[in-house]
Amino acid sequence: MEKIYNLPESLIDVSTHYCPGCGHGIVHRIICEVIDELNIRQKIIGVAPIGCAVIAYKYWDFDCCEAAHGRALAVATGIKRVRPANIVFTYQGDGDLAAIGCAETIHAANRGENLTTIFINNAIYGMTGGQMAPTTLLTQKTATTPAGRDAKLEGYPLKISELLAQLEGVAYIERTSTDSPKAVLITKKAIKEAFQNQIDGKGFSMVEVLSPCPTYWGLKPVDAVKWMREVMIKEFPLGRIK
Amino acid sequence: MIYNFKTMPKVKINRERCKGCQLCLIYCPKGLIEKDKNLNKKGIQPLVFRNGECNGCKFCAIICPDGAVEIYK
Amino acid sequence: MGKILINGNEAIAEGAIRAGCRFFAGYPITPQNEIPAYMAKRMPEIGGVFIQPESELAAISMVMGASASGFRAITTSSSPGVSLKQEGISYIAGAQLPAVIVNIMRAGPGLGNIWPAQSDYFQATKGGGHGDYRNIVLAPSTVQEAFDLTLLAFELADIYRNPVMILGDGMLGQMMEPITISDIKRKPDSKDMVPLDKPWALTGCRNRKLNLVASFRMREGEMEKRNLELQAHYKEIVRKEQRYEAFNEKEAEIIIVAYGTMGRIAKGAIKRLEADNKKVGLIRPIGLWPFCKDVFTKLFKDNATLKKILVVEMSYGQMLEDVELTVLGRYPVEFFGRSGGGVPTEEEIVKKVLELY
Repeated sequence: MEKIYNLPESLIDVSTHYCPGCGHGIVHRIICEVIDELNIRQKIIGVAPIGCAVIAYKYWDFDCCEAAHGRALAVATGIKRVRPANIVFTYQGDGDLAAIGCAETIHAANRGENLTTIFINNAIYGMTGGQMAPTTLLTQKTATTPAGRDAKLEGYPLKISELLAQLEGVAYIERTSTDSPKAVLITKKAIKEAFQNQIDGKGFSMVEVLSPCPTYWGLKPVDAVKWMREVMIKEFPLGRIK
Repeated sequence: MIYNFKTMPKVKINRERCKGCQLCLIYCPKGLIEKDKNLNKKGIQPLVFRNGECNGCKFCAIICPDGAVEIYK
Repeated sequence: MGKILINGNEAIAEGAIRAGCRFFAGYPITPQNEIPAYMAKRMPEIGGVFIQPESELAAISMVMGASASGFRAITTSSSPGVSLKQEGISYIAGAQLPAVIVNIMRAGPGLGNIWPAQSDYFQATKGGGHGDYRNIVLAPSTVQEAFDLTLLAFELADIYRNPVMILGDGMLGQMMEPITISDIKRKPDSKDMVPLDKPWALTGCRNRKLNLVASFRMREGEMEKRNLELQAHYKEIVRKEQRYEAFNEKEAEIIIVAYGTMGRIAKGAIKRLEADNKKVGLIRPIGLWPFCKDVFTKLFKDNATLKKILVVEMSYGQMLEDVELTVLGRYPVEFFGRSGGGVPTEEEIVKKVLELY
């Protein structure tokens, strides 16, 4: 019998620290599939965030750099400017990219840095124990919004992708999801485009991936993907934004 | 109708890698994935493929967050 | 090449370029604005990178990225901006990356004002950011030294894979003096100099295993092991990299300890006191961390006439604590300092010495 499905070579074949049903594992894998398909593993430099994916580099078989919380795009800018022939990407969560690193995100995008950003939006802080994220939905309960997010107190879910799409330096932004196999394939296609843009020197490209956090949503993994479809995607509509 | 299961794709789930999220179970269009009765070393009830009319769609592998699915033909 | 007339800020900028630095990121702040302006012009001329980033936080993280990629990189700022950079400096130290950070100090706390001060000594020498780490700190007192120590800073940063801070002040930054520019990379004083290649740098993993630049150590015991490695590394730096200038120290009755601009002013005061037959010497620490403890230990053996030690700073007593920890009560340690824009004058130092004499 022949193996007809293989894990990508760029992915280190080990068990991850992620919770059951967490979307990080899926996105880690499809990034590696794209890197293998584009044959850029020897050129890739990844920048890992602070958050649940802080040790994403333990699962990736290529060069990686750590960044302080929110500074991934600043670190990536430093790398790419001195090594323009390398392919540099950041992998960031909603807190990293849209809260503590909001300034770095907006300015790297606005400078049109020729970088690829994979933005994992799960509407919550996982690593620190389920606190409110900038992308937490209204009425969604978290450790720091025990009565549900209230617009009067905590503002609204931040649509950072729509915001970045206004900037002239941005080449490509798409919002995708990991709630089903089909959605995962669409995400992979978008990630491939975001890397191809960098190879072609087109400028800043970002894919916002909606991803489940069953643990801190308080849902079973199968209910978490259902919630994504029925609630989260309505707040964060999928598709190409720029 | 008689199926020849020998020529059909076979899914193998790495029971020690599996975290039991069941995403493969809900997305298998043929309903060929079920919960194993025995726990793995993590103390989790892993998923298991039962032989049947697999069409090799790979949905189980694509949705698996843990790289626990192998498919053979 | 002959002498050129240049200010302290520009001397640091040109020093960085002559040291082979090819990456600058820095946010404007007075009194060091000549550095980014100089770099914006010079870097493109030599194929380097100049970025004016959105913040100091971004600037230091960009330096981290460029340094992780194997390039010599620098960021410059002044006191309030350097406070912001502490996050990145801690990460750079934790990830064992070379980097040069310049602080042209102004008065604080808070926004303070743009006049010269030396009140960031604690921040520079005791860590500044979180965690058990050390910066190598160099304190120039002339424009020539600002240039020379910048060359040295890059060498030390690479040798020890450690952040190196150049601690100047607004007076030094703005002062113009003729200096000699050397084209050759100056070798550091260290005897154990090894050829500098960077096998750890991020280049893309072609024909080798992956490289990882990170300070994070999650598993139990790993971080402690890492910290012990860093501590051993710091011990080596303390042993090899103490720098100072000493003058009249063996026969002095009073020794002034002052660094940077204050060291220079103290020299003037000592010359006046000499004319008055007062035996006053100087120890001017050039490296603030590691602090030049060994010269004091030697002095206590060699100098039979020493009565008192006077520390002079543009602060209310920061380096004073290191001097006290070195003297350990063997001699009285006196202090004179002003900060907030006031710079101790030669007259004031002379007056203070005469009070003590």
